[in-house]
Amino acid sequence: MAVNAEATGKTYPPVEYEVGKEKIREYAHAVGEDNRVYFDRAAALEAGFRDVVAPPMFAVIYSWGAVALPAVDPDVDLNFAMLVHGGQEFVWGEPVCSGDVISTVASVKDIHEKGGMGFYVFETVSTNQDGAEVVRGTWTNIVRGVS
Amino acid sequence: MNVDLKVTPDKYLPHRYAGASGDFNPIHIDVDFAKQVGLPSNILHGLYTMAQVARANVNAAGGDPRSLKRLSVQFRGMGFPEEEITVTGSVKEERDGRVIVETQAEQGGKRIIRNAEAELEQSPQ
Repeated sequence: MAVNAEATGKTYPPVEYEVGKEKIREYAHAVGEDNRVYFDRAAALEAGFRDVVAPPMFAVIYSWGAVALPAVDPDVDLNFAMLVHGGQEFVWGEPVCSGDVISTVASVKDIHEKGGMGFYVFETVSTNQDGAEVVRGTWTNIVRGVS
Repeated sequence: MNVDLKVTPDKYLPHRYAGASGDFNPIHIDVDFAKQVGLPSNILHGLYTMAQVARANVNAAGGDPRSLKRLSVQFRGMGFPEEEITVTGSVKEERDGRVIVETQAEQGGKRIIRNAEAELEQSPQ
């Protein structure tokens, strides 16, 4: 079973995520952050943020809904039983703060086969309510045993 | 710049991360299920471990989240709760006021994140 690369270039509708202070707190606590700018509005304002700021890797929270679209698309046909998350890249822009509305567009950047494994690379571009890019993500999924 | 962070995720960490992230894949939170599919135990979320690499690099740059401009990682092997994770890194090059750090995470002598590269700005704004 070889990989089908026909979905390469396909782009999905934007998915919105509204950022909340308590969700930032829950996430920051789970990953062991202790910087007050992630928890305390006064500390965040003093540091020059518009409100409580999200840790950089909070990007996975607001872009998750968008990257799920190619992941479950029958045209992409990811085999979840053989799937591993091979690699991840984020390039950050404007900080994300509580109250922001983040819109994320996912696309299929590349599908190829190498050494019996299928590489499915998705890209997400997230922008805030002012149109500023906040993060660009590259998600590399590897499916074992495609040939 | 010195990237050096040690953290031991406790037994229930994968449950808290599952709640925070929405990723409730049972391989992360159900020991019995994980064993049924051939794993030694439930495993950490790779994106949790990546968050430790991000945190270690932000801390090394002075703690301001704006200092982290880019992070790319490859996930290898598996991380487990109740074992110490060590994140290290060293400056590979400096260009245009930015520092490129080669960084990795290991647990029990095995690299669970490798070939990672962080791009940091030490004095943002």
